[in-house]
Amino acid sequence: MEQGKFYKKISADTNNLNFNFSEIWKHRDLILLLVKREFVSKYKQTVLGPAWAIIQPLLTTVVFTFIFGNVAGLAECGAVPTFLFYMCGNIAWQFFSGCLTATSSTFIANSGIMGKVYFPRLCMPVSTTLSQLISFAIQSAMFLVFLVIYLFIPEYSIGINLCVLMAPVLILQMAMLGLGCGIIISSATTKYRDLQFLVGFGVSLWMYATPVAYSMDLFKSSAVLHIIARANPMTPIIEMMRYGFLGGQAGSLDWLSYGWSWIFTLVVLAWGISLFNKVERTFMDTV
Amino acid sequence: MSEEILKIERVSKKYKLGMIGGTTLRDELQRKRAARKGLEDPTKQIGDKSIGRTGEEFLALEDINITVNKGERVGIIGHNGAGKSTLLKLICRITAPTEGSIEMNGRIASMLEVGTGFHPELSGRENIYMNGAILGMTKAEIDKKIEDIIDFSECRQFIDTPVKRYSSGMYVKLAFSVAAHLDSEIMIMDEVLAVGDMAFQKKCIEKMSKVSKDEGRTVLYVSHNMNTIRQLCERVIVLSHGHIIYNGDVETGINIYLGRDRDYVNKIAVTDEMRELEAGKNPTIESIDLNNEEGISPYGDKLRFSLEIKNRSAESFPFLVRIIMKTLSGTIVTMSCNEDTILMAGGEIRTFDVEMDTSNVVPGQYTFTFVLYEVGEMNADRNLEVLRDIAGITVKASPEFNHGMSWNSSWWGSFTNGALKITEV
Repeated sequence: MEQGKFYKKISADTNNLNFNFSEIWKHRDLILLLVKREFVSKYKQTVLGPAWAIIQPLLTTVVFTFIFGNVAGLAECGAVPTFLFYMCGNIAWQFFSGCLTATSSTFIANSGIMGKVYFPRLCMPVSTTLSQLISFAIQSAMFLVFLVIYLFIPEYSIGINLCVLMAPVLILQMAMLGLGCGIIISSATTKYRDLQFLVGFGVSLWMYATPVAYSMDLFKSSAVLHIIARANPMTPIIEMMRYGFLGGQAGSLDWLSYGWSWIFTLVVLAWGISLFNKVERTFMDTV
Repeated sequence: MSEEILKIERVSKKYKLGMIGGTTLRDELQRKRAARKGLEDPTKQIGDKSIGRTGEEFLALEDINITVNKGERVGIIGHNGAGKSTLLKLICRITAPTEGSIEMNGRIASMLEVGTGFHPELSGRENIYMNGAILGMTKAEIDKKIEDIIDFSECRQFIDTPVKRYSSGMYVKLAFSVAAHLDSEIMIMDEVLAVGDMAFQKKCIEKMSKVSKDEGRTVLYVSHNMNTIRQLCERVIVLSHGHIIYNGDVETGINIYLGRDRDYVNKIAVTDEMRELEAGKNPTIESIDLNNEEGISPYGDKLRFSLEIKNRSAESFPFLVRIIMKTLSGTIVTMSCNEDTILMAGGEIRTFDVEMDTSNVVPGQYTFTFVLYEVGEMNADRNLEVLRDIAGITVKASPEFNHGMSWNSSWWGSFTNGALKITEV
């Protein structure tokens, strides 16, 4: 501590972009504890515990495979197994939507602790995102097991390729996009509770605008639909994920729309953080 | 010792009345539309006159300047709504000031309301780690302190039980223990010890004094319990309606606080705000003269007031006068009333001399409540005029009184019947 000089200052003027990332880094122990807390309290008093992390996407995938794949025939994935096609999209989407939904209630869900002690508020949504990553890791392991099993079944052909190496980047990007959207919503919900209702509804609408339940080919017929699909920042992420793991028949590569997706992600995250910063200062007065 | 650790400069905190929380987007849009058209706020409760159309503002704190040095123990006192808790919330960074700045030179361990940031699902031990991490401590640093914390909290038996199963006393004990032991330069305590038992309260006060003296930590303490303030603090800040009205010596501050923030004057012209009852068609007190410029009455003297009384009724009205005497802390000392009913003709204004025998009242500060009343059927009294704690006086004795010791009313009472007469048989 420096003598005679104040190193912490709270003042009334709001500079939202002047954000202290080193303060968050200093609280990394807190973030880890919060992740642990979130994971523990999520599966507390459940019989199956973390097994739910597997059961949920597995059942959704089965339902999607049956309804959208077999009955509606929306999965144009050639020799790639429909089940894997849906599982890949589903797990990725669940991770993104999980990040978004969980962080969108940051302020309201934690107003108890935030009303009593100070810590960098951004630790909360960051730890929420990290705890989503744990569920995602479990689900990915399940996916990889199925992938290996299908690789040995000769009637299917899975074109796994070098694009797989993009997976960590894609995961990071989904986390950033989910976090960005989530904190924008959580900042707005401190004043307008309406948005709480919009989140669950909006996320499922967004899913149907993203090739999760169907393949991109569905959009090829109409130029307008194609543009809409490409404007959606989640489309190239899901498509590239499928392309890398399952090959060109299941996914597609579109670097232009992927570039747009990154721009969108960074803008949303920057906007989210600046809004979050502005709101965290006085949200206790309005929440 | 004179190193500044906390500096609050020109801080104000503004709240919007009636707009706090619970709004939906629809309400807000409706309100804005109504405001533009000059209509009444449609989201406002019917009959609610207090909240203006555009939302009135309320200054919880206005232009606060405080400097606290390292190792100081400062008490903050004031009535409910004076702004004490708001001030602490600003210092703890729970919410930001509307104007001004707060600078500090250290970490803050705080206990605002009961329990710091405890998570109910986690055990006591896990919560200790969590609170340490919130202060920016590492696991290794907390490991070194955890045994002390558990010992002090007297909760060892339950330390691995989720805190949601704790009693409120245990909760406070653990929370205090955590705040007192973790590394921080500033400790903030808001009215928290009221929940613990007396023995634990005493232990906490001692602990706070100790950490302040030995480790040079700064303590900010809010309480309504003047005894704990006296024991712990070196300085008090008295807040009233968002302003600092006193900053300095503990005893003077406590007296200002207990004196209900009022300067007693010799001649009081009674206004309607001072009246507890609405002035009706009955006799009312118009002015009081204490006949005492200094406000000091020598021990053994009687008090002489002059009361100007007006009969607001058109008819003659019989009534009695009662004077209630209290200490500054609100303990009632005695009451005196007059023997014979006074009868005043309709509309008449008269001045009366009133003598009250206070010759047995020990030295100290006292307040007076003036009541006019009538005795109806069945000897039931009915108050006509009540002027509560409107006047004050200090009774002083010669230095030899009580062998030079100051009189402690909580041990010896507020009356004395003179010296004992002791003779050898």
